[in-house]
Amino acid sequence: MTKIAFPHMGDYHIPANFLLSHIFPNTEVIKVPKITSKTIEIGTKYSPEFVCTPFKYTLGTMIECLDKEADTLIQMGGGCRYGYYAELQEKILKDLGYNCTVINLVTEGTTNFKRINKLLKQIDPKFSKIKALYYGFITIKMVKYMDIIDDYIRENIGFEINPGSFESLKEEMLISFSHVKNYHELYKTYKRYLNKFYKIKVHKPDNRLKIGIIGELYTIMEPFSNYFLEKQLAKHHIEIKRFTNVHYLLFEKARKYKKYQKYSKEYFTYSLGADASDNIARCKYLCEKNYDGIIHIKSSFCTPEIGAMPIINKIASTYQKPVLFFSFDSATSETGIQTRLEAFYDMLEMRKEK
Amino acid sequence: MSRVGIPRSLFYYYYGEFWKDFLDSLDVPYIVSPETNQDIVNRGIKIANDEMCLSLKNYLGHVDYLKDKCDYILVPRISNFKNNNQTCTNFWAAYDIVKNKFSVNLLHYNIDLEKGDTLKKGLYKIGKELNKNKYEIRRAYRYAYTKEKKRIKKNHIINVNKLKLKTIKILIVGHPYNLYDDMIGKDIIKYLIKNGIEVIYSDKFDSKITNSLSKKLSKDLYFKYSKDNLGAIVYSQKNINGIIFISSFPCAPDSLANELAMRKLKIPYLNLVIDDSTSFTGLETRLESFLDMLGGTLND
Repeated sequence: MTKIAFPHMGDYHIPANFLLSHIFPNTEVIKVPKITSKTIEIGTKYSPEFVCTPFKYTLGTMIECLDKEADTLIQMGGGCRYGYYAELQEKILKDLGYNCTVINLVTEGTTNFKRINKLLKQIDPKFSKIKALYYGFITIKMVKYMDIIDDYIRENIGFEINPGSFESLKEEMLISFSHVKNYHELYKTYKRYLNKFYKIKVHKPDNRLKIGIIGELYTIMEPFSNYFLEKQLAKHHIEIKRFTNVHYLLFEKARKYKKYQKYSKEYFTYSLGADASDNIARCKYLCEKNYDGIIHIKSSFCTPEIGAMPIINKIASTYQKPVLFFSFDSATSETGIQTRLEAFYDMLEMRKEK
Repeated sequence: MSRVGIPRSLFYYYYGEFWKDFLDSLDVPYIVSPETNQDIVNRGIKIANDEMCLSLKNYLGHVDYLKDKCDYILVPRISNFKNNNQTCTNFWAAYDIVKNKFSVNLLHYNIDLEKGDTLKKGLYKIGKELNKNKYEIRRAYRYAYTKEKKRIKKNHIINVNKLKLKTIKILIVGHPYNLYDDMIGKDIIKYLIKNGIEVIYSDKFDSKITNSLSKKLSKDLYFKYSKDNLGAIVYSQKNINGIIFISSFPCAPDSLANELAMRKLKIPYLNLVIDDSTSFTGLETRLESFLDMLGGTLND
């Protein structure tokens, strides 16, 4: 019996688990262990020296999964060198003596049904395509609902009256999401929880601070790799705006690119690769919508974002808005981040009082 | 008459001679920035982000050197060559970075074969911006194209012939903007030649052959210039004594592609990663021991 596993990214292991366990009823989907500091330690040990950090995180998770006796690993790819991770990771794992196959669903930032079909046949040659399409549809909807609720949480979590109420409800929701059987049930669960979220009491002052977070997609979506930045901001009672989520990457990115390009044509003419040009447009949007500050996060050595940074700097100085740049690495210390965040927060407060 | 500035970095090592012939034929004066020196490196460091790769930093240094010496600076953008042949994202971004960092007039064109933007179209656009008519541009393009073709063919023949020699041969794997740059790779190559070693360049093979050969080492790779390099390794593997990888810190495609190649190679190799504080003395020691290992005799 094949045992499938996949690297973590945020809470998206729940829809992924849901999809795989329904398409391949004869296989076991390994429950992926949570990312800890040990994961990144293992990942760093076996990675090339100046590769970007997501490589290290995913490699670390893969090794942990293989220790739990997984034999088929699924990796997604992005438009930058993320698309090329899978082949090297497979080689590294084989050199370490593990017997496994790594399946790369997306390369070069694009994919098609033919390719996915071919790759899924490697796992189980007799999988039903109709089932796959149906459960694929439910998974997509699940991701969409999760993203909508996450957006709502991000705007309000800093102002909750009973601390922890958002988080506990979200965990409850994710558990019931993982047990749904059909689309109708999913929709009903979503509506029920959405109402519950609206009912949570929040106290939002008018002069609250608003911050937009932009940056590289993996670091932004995996809370462990950005040292729980959003949680720390929420502690300071800040409203957070974030654009990147899986639904955006899958369905909106291609459509919105032209809009973004038109919107910020004085800053970039061509695509800078991956999410970089989107981030430039978002930076301009945040400045124009009068957000108090912008935080740009990325993993170290993320080439497209490095290209975007000078341009983001320029936009910020034109609009006179503060930007904080974070570059996360396996060796980044949490205290260092906290100190910089606190200083940034104090500065924003002072600007607000003026 | 407006003067065009050509930064001697990145794109120059792929298209420099071609541009020169093209502009010569159009009768447009141009200035090429000098070989990279410490002054240019320092200028680059001042302007660039600290995480940019050394080659891009140098490029910005060259542009900074040229900014008040000419009317236009030629900064192209190269995105892809179709069929899984992408370039590094720094090549995508260079034009926009320069546009935002400097307030100079830029001449630019875009190579994006998936969308149908070719070199020919780009050069016609540039010719128009320089106030030349269609016939002049066509003549200039043809002149430059034939010359470039001859030059490339000559390089291929020299490189392939070197493979047949009986001396110690080392394949240098790297991007041309690193290998021939004064502050990055030139010293290494000079050192090897001084020690009587036949140097074979990975970028001087016929890319039509090497590009498809790279499949034997890596089937998923989609970076064009890395593909050419890996293909060169496959092509010459049996006729060489060792390989030296040269890359600038922190090169994105090289960090993955070279690592994969090193893991699959069965012949001796040396990996040199160069950043702005690397001194040649340190490299010399490593090169010396590598040559000793290959059984080469040292001159001094």
